[in-house]
Amino acid sequence: MEQIVFILILLLTLGIFSRSLLILKAKFDMTQSFAFDGQILNRIKLTAKVALGQTKILRKPFIGLMHALVFWGFMVITIGSVEMVIDGIFGWHRSFGSWGKVYDIISASGDVFAYIVLSGILIFLVRRLTMHIARFAGKEITKNNKVDANIALSFILLLMVSLIGLNVYEVVLYQEEAIGFYPVSTSLADMINSAHPIVMYKIFWWMHILLIFFFANYLPYSKHFHVFMSLPNVFFSKLTPLTFFPALDAVTQEVKIMMSDNPYAADNQNEISRFGVKDVDDVTWKNYMDALTCTQCGRCTEVCPASITGKQLSPRKIFVDLRRRMDEKHKLKTDDNALVGSYITHEELWACTTCNACAQECPLNISHPNLILDMRRYLVLEEGQAPEELNAMFANIENNGAPWKYSSEDRLKWTEA
Amino acid sequence: MAEMKAKGENPDYLFWVGCAGAFDKRYQKVTRAFATILNAANVSYAVLGTEETCTGDPAKRAGNEMLFQMQAMQVIEMLNSYEVKKVICTCPHCFNIIKNEYPELGGKYEVIHYSEFLHQLLEDGVIKVKQGAFENKRITYHDPCYLGRGNGIYEAPRKVIKAFNVDYTELKRAKSFALCCGAGGAQMFKEAEKGDKEVFEERTGDVLESGADIVATACPFCMTMLSDGIKYANKEEKVINMDLAELIEQHLET
Repeated sequence: MEQIVFILILLLTLGIFSRSLLILKAKFDMTQSFAFDGQILNRIKLTAKVALGQTKILRKPFIGLMHALVFWGFMVITIGSVEMVIDGIFGWHRSFGSWGKVYDIISASGDVFAYIVLSGILIFLVRRLTMHIARFAGKEITKNNKVDANIALSFILLLMVSLIGLNVYEVVLYQEEAIGFYPVSTSLADMINSAHPIVMYKIFWWMHILLIFFFANYLPYSKHFHVFMSLPNVFFSKLTPLTFFPALDAVTQEVKIMMSDNPYAADNQNEISRFGVKDVDDVTWKNYMDALTCTQCGRCTEVCPASITGKQLSPRKIFVDLRRRMDEKHKLKTDDNALVGSYITHEELWACTTCNACAQECPLNISHPNLILDMRRYLVLEEGQAPEELNAMFANIENNGAPWKYSSEDRLKWTEA
Repeated sequence: MAEMKAKGENPDYLFWVGCAGAFDKRYQKVTRAFATILNAANVSYAVLGTEETCTGDPAKRAGNEMLFQMQAMQVIEMLNSYEVKKVICTCPHCFNIIKNEYPELGGKYEVIHYSEFLHQLLEDGVIKVKQGAFENKRITYHDPCYLGRGNGIYEAPRKVIKAFNVDYTELKRAKSFALCCGAGGAQMFKEAEKGDKEVFEERTGDVLESGADIVATACPFCMTMLSDGIKYANKEEKVINMDLAELIEQHLET
């Protein structure tokens, strides 16, 4: 009976999750292709370092370490979650127990990590609820975003409480016969005097698995979706220097034709939908993946020179807006809004110094400046809407080969003084 | 370059001067200082002189891909026709774009930032500096974004400064944590958007806080910004902004 109930709930969970994935796929389908350059081995190394090794989040040592411990903890604890699903389907008890010593190691580290993760989450919650951390605020962070953050943390908190309960009652229930090794929970189990340990065990078991199912289906609509996106996002992130910004191929073709002997051969070129990025259907799927990966930690905005000096630009907002606009456009199909204009103002885009402090700081290698530059391309190439001084700078380059109004005849003046 | 080629000479290096190096009154001194060092070290190099043109960087960073690529193709065609193999840039923006963004348009060269080149000359003993030049002076260094975060060059400029026995101090935001001067991304050529203050004021604050007598820079635009910042703060008596090449050139052991 319990098995049937479990299987039905599992199917329901997978069904809802698949529906969320289909919606996500439809959104990705709206995006453009992304020039992938292979280099699989280097990408695996990068993912191992930045995602698994958490090197970038550790740039803030204390809170970075707390996050890293929570993350590493999850890697171990997830093995136990997979086991629970298998146990649930077949009505088994700790089926991975047959792994022997390996299971002892996994269960022991999972047990220790459960308490570490619990402590980490408590620290995160206290920070969010009682301390004023400047980077958690910002005009792009609504009340809903804050609630979302606290819901995600509460889910994890309850997940750890139930996991600890599960471990403790494994020991209470089976004593010496317990499958696996639970160093911390064993000492807690000694203090427990339960009349119906099997009931408690079942309660924690169901609590834990139901929380996992709920959480999994909550995630696609939460900033916390980053738990799924972080690894692939780092894998597909830039291997080139931060300040590398790829050329626009469509422009290269045009320039080559213009500079060739037969500039009129231009007629049969491929039609390009748009230069640069105006809306969510102009971004690459990697840009959208960046948006789904962003967990709104604000490390980017915190170091942005424009943001620090009170300008409108907030690098985080670019990706929060991208995700919101995608939701809107996916729902409405056609409307008069666009990412540039309705969500992101020209003023924000022109405030960027392309210093890449944001990209440097992002724990998951999101590239803000490149998307900002793609939006500038749209403003300049499609709309001709650059600030006046920049139009003058363009004219100077065209006429004198320098951004300033100096003649190239004077280029050797420096030798004279 | 044209003259050397006409004489059938093939210089080892092209010294890419850049627009600020050619036209900015203050930065012209840096160009001269670096050229003096190259001469002192007997480096075989040439400049393009009146043939040099904009790399297209400010156009690209301001979204004008069309203008950027027209400039880039023009430059690449010229460099290739002169069979240039190695390029030395003083400006980190020129350096970044020629090094990283020209290859996909057909311009493949070994591109060297002058801070690396100076470091190499010092390390190889090709040039020597007079010690004691900066006695009782505290020196700090501001990382240009396109050199540091962009291309990972943090050590070479520091080692150039430390060629002198100096009281070297780091800014509170340094290396990959460094704060921008505010000029990148074509900001140099426009007024900043509305805000509470200018980025260069914020960065100058770091410099003043460090208590340094000299802030060394390795980028023409950082130099403009920090010099302005120091002027703004009325601290010209207290701290001066010098380029790496000037530090070396003024105290070359000959």
